Formats: sequence, structure tokens, C-alpha cells
Amino acid sequence: MSDSIIIRGLKKSFTSHGSETEVLKGINLSIKSGEIFGIIGFSGAGKSTLARCINRLETPDEGEVIIDGVNILSLSKKELLKTRKKIGVIFQNFNLFEAKTVYKNIAYPLKISGISRKERDEKVRKIAELVGLSDKLDAYPAGLSGGQKQRVGIARALINDPDILLSDEATSALDPQTTLQILDLLKEINKKTGITILMITHELDAIRYSCERMAVLEEGQIIESGDVDEIFSNPSSHTGKLFSKVFKQLQTKETDSRKFILYANNARKVI
Amino acid sequence: MSLLDNPFWLVVKSSFSAAIWKEIFPSTVDTLYMTLIASLIMLVGGLLLGLLLTVTNPDGLIPVKIPYHAIGWFANVLRSLPEMIMIILMLPLARLIFGHSYGSNSCIIAISASCIPMFGRLVESSLLEIDKGKIEAAKSIGSSNRQIIFEILIPETLPSLIRNYTSAIITIVSMTALAGNFGAGGIGDIAVRYGYQRFMHDKLFACIYVLVILVMTIQGSGNLISKGILRKRHLV
Repeated sequence: MSDSIIIRGLKKSFTSHGSETEVLKGINLSIKSGEIFGIIGFSGAGKSTLARCINRLETPDEGEVIIDGVNILSLSKKELLKTRKKIGVIFQNFNLFEAKTVYKNIAYPLKISGISRKERDEKVRKIAELVGLSDKLDAYPAGLSGGQKQRVGIARALINDPDILLSDEATSALDPQTTLQILDLLKEINKKTGITILMITHELDAIRYSCERMAVLEEGQIIESGDVDEIFSNPSSHTGKLFSKVFKQLQTKETDSRKFILYANNARKVI
Repeated sequence: MSLLDNPFWLVVKSSFSAAIWKEIFPSTVDTLYMTLIASLIMLVGGLLLGLLLTVTNPDGLIPVKIPYHAIGWFANVLRSLPEMIMIILMLPLARLIFGHSYGSNSCIIAISASCIPMFGRLVESSLLEIDKGKIEAAKSIGSSNRQIIFEILIPETLPSLIRNYTSAIITIVSMTALAGNFGAGGIGDIAVRYGYQRFMHDKLFACIYVLVILVMTIQGSGNLISKGILRKRHLV
């Protein structure tokens, strides 16, 4: 498999009130085409900055971001806008346009690309069906539940047939059951379309449930990366330790995280 | 009829007489005319100014420091002039354009000069209310700055823009009343000439009715439209 995203020596600092903070301290990553790759990190690790560097909403100080063989830092403004259309992004707060109906939210990326009304309509209906929103097209986002909002976000991110989907804490604002539904949807889309998904999150469960490979971001550095199962089952790895710690805490509260996943799966079947 | 030598209720009764409204009516038309034209000029000018201020803001779409501060400074200078002084200042300009410095059209110049910077600032504050995440989403979709402004920024903040526009129009109404003092005609002119200088309080009362109804209608329609949009978007 070829590499979809390659990040080399990525550095980024911010200056505020005269003092400089290095948020990313030389990130190296390569994400294969068609995989679901998880990046886990806790508050302040630099997750969002990393996500913003990948579609150049933030310009890195040093390093390279190569997407499908093209270094996006060398692109002109016009080319950059074109490349961004090939990278779908979904957000923690959904960031839907409240002035537009669900239909218009999903159709917006096509509209700004100058695609004809007829073709737009076809694509919107197809993707709405995929994310399960066919009956909500005329609703406004404010009238939807969190899970439905994120489905709109996913549909909007996918409408341009992107090669990459960046998920920046996409499930962090959702309840556990909805989180699971959204993760299932992402997995299904990955299987159907072969899209590369980069899942950036602080939720261990979400990574374990959906990713094949992962990296751990801490204080602007990748401190661990590799196969998800290996990392989680290795008791000496950073994540392994953390996970068993969280797991133990959950057990003392008499909730088993595996039981929870089972419960949520069953609940979904019942619904 | 004056309150000085007539009981209150008689003055009120007289304020509804046909003779008075014969005079009030054309003045009302003048006031409406000034308000309407000035509101339209303000809408265009204020939107442009507000957009410029928002876009060039250090956190804006195209942060450019010097133009941002220059425009902001100029707007502040114009805003710090009271309407009365602005009218006096703009008299020569009106003479230059219309050949005379009196009449409704001449005063519209001064009113516009006052209310464009005011509405510009209101537009700026409305536009800055937008959730930055929406702009980020629009950018990551690959929107150009123009598309962000017209497809996202303005539609998303429309209810707030309408509310601020409503308040600004009401300020224009009060500005036209003051302009009446400087030969603009309209309701303000009647109120000063008859109500103040000649103690004809029935005419003053009639002016008050017109102004109250006018302001209430403007505020009411503004509220109705902006609430209607919010309700449609499920935001209330």
C-alpha cells in the first residue's frame, strides 16, 4: 500500500505575550492509503495543531506535509484550495452552518466548486442515504441531535469524494452510544470507499475500536506508534499502561468498558 | 393651542383635528423620505465598512494591520462628532452637490456621514459574533475568502445584522428630527417651529404620535424578521 500522508520533521511554535511555546517538536508520521490511523493525545499535546497543519490552516515552521506525493507547503493559494477539497474534515463541535438546511450544508462544498444543481442533488441524496439522513434533509442543524449533526458533518466532508478524512475529536462531544454509531459509520465508509481516515482523539476506546495503527502524541512529540492491538496489549507501552489504569478505574466503578461496548452494540441492534 | 392657557385634554383633543394633520402629514412624508434614503445609503456604506473592519481584523480573513487601524481610526473620528456638528460640517458639501444647503436631500448627506460609521461598527460587532469554527470549517472545505464572506459570514450572522440595522434606522429617525432644525423639514421641524417657538402644544403632540408610531413600526418589523429567521433555523 502506498502512503497517503507523510509528515516529516514537522515543527510549529506559537508566540503569545512575548513568550514562545513549541507545540509540535518534530513530528514524523506516515499514514497508509486506505487505513484508519489513530492519533491519541491529551489536552495540550498538540493534536489540533497537527490536524490544522495537515490541511495548512496553520503553516508549519519547519518540515514537510506530503499528501498523495505532493508537498502541500509548496502549493500556491489556488492549488491549496483545490487540495483542501480533497481532505474532508469533521470537528468536535460539528461546525455546521446554522443558516443552511441539512441539504444545503451537505451541498455547500459542491456549490463552491461550481457543480451543476442536478449533479449536486444526485450526490447529496446519495450521501445522505449513506449516513442515514435522507429524512432530515430539509431540517436545520439546530434541530438535530448530536449524532445527527455529526452525520451531517461527515456527509459534508465526504461529498467531494476526498481521499482523506481528518477527524478532529469528532466523537468527543457525543454520548458513548452515539460515539459507537459514528465510529461504525466511519468504519463502514472506510470499507466501502477506501478513504484514508486520520482519527485524532483523546478517547482510548475510540482508537481501539476503529483503528489498525496508531501513534501517541505527547507534548508535541510522537512517543509511540505502531499496531493498535500490539500497543494496547503490551503492558510496558505507554498506552498499555494508561489503558490498564483506566480499565482498572472503570472496574472499580463496576463498569467494564468491554461490557459497555457490548451493551451499546446490543442497544443498537434493538433500535 | 397651548398648554399654557388650555386644559390638557383640550390640547390632546385638538392634536387630532384635521387642520393639524394637514400640516403634519406632508412633514411625515419628508421624515419618511429622509429616513428611507439615509437607511439605504447606510445599509450599503455600513456593510462595506463593517466588512472591511472584520476582514482586515488581526484575527480576520485577510489580516492587514495598517488599513485596519486607519479605517478604524477614521470611523472613530466620524463617530465622535455629534449629529448637530456633523450637520454644520456637511453644509458646504451639500451646497457643492445640490447648490443649496437646506432641504431634505442636503441633510441626508450629514445623516449618512454620521450613521455609516455607526452602523459600520454595529456590523463589525455582529460579524465578529460568528463561531470561529464555522469559518474554519468553510476554509477546510476549500472556500475562497469571497465565498466565506457571502456564503457563511453574512448569512450566519443575519439575525444579529437585522437587529442592529433596526436600531440604526431608529437612530436615523432621531437624526432627521434634529436635522429639521437646520432646514431639512420633516417632523422635527414642525416640533421646533410650532411646539417650541410658538407654544402650539397640540402640534407637538401630533409630532410625538407620528414619531412613536414610526419607531414602534420599525422596531416591530425588525424584531419580527430577525425572530422569524431564528425560528426558521430552530435557534429559538
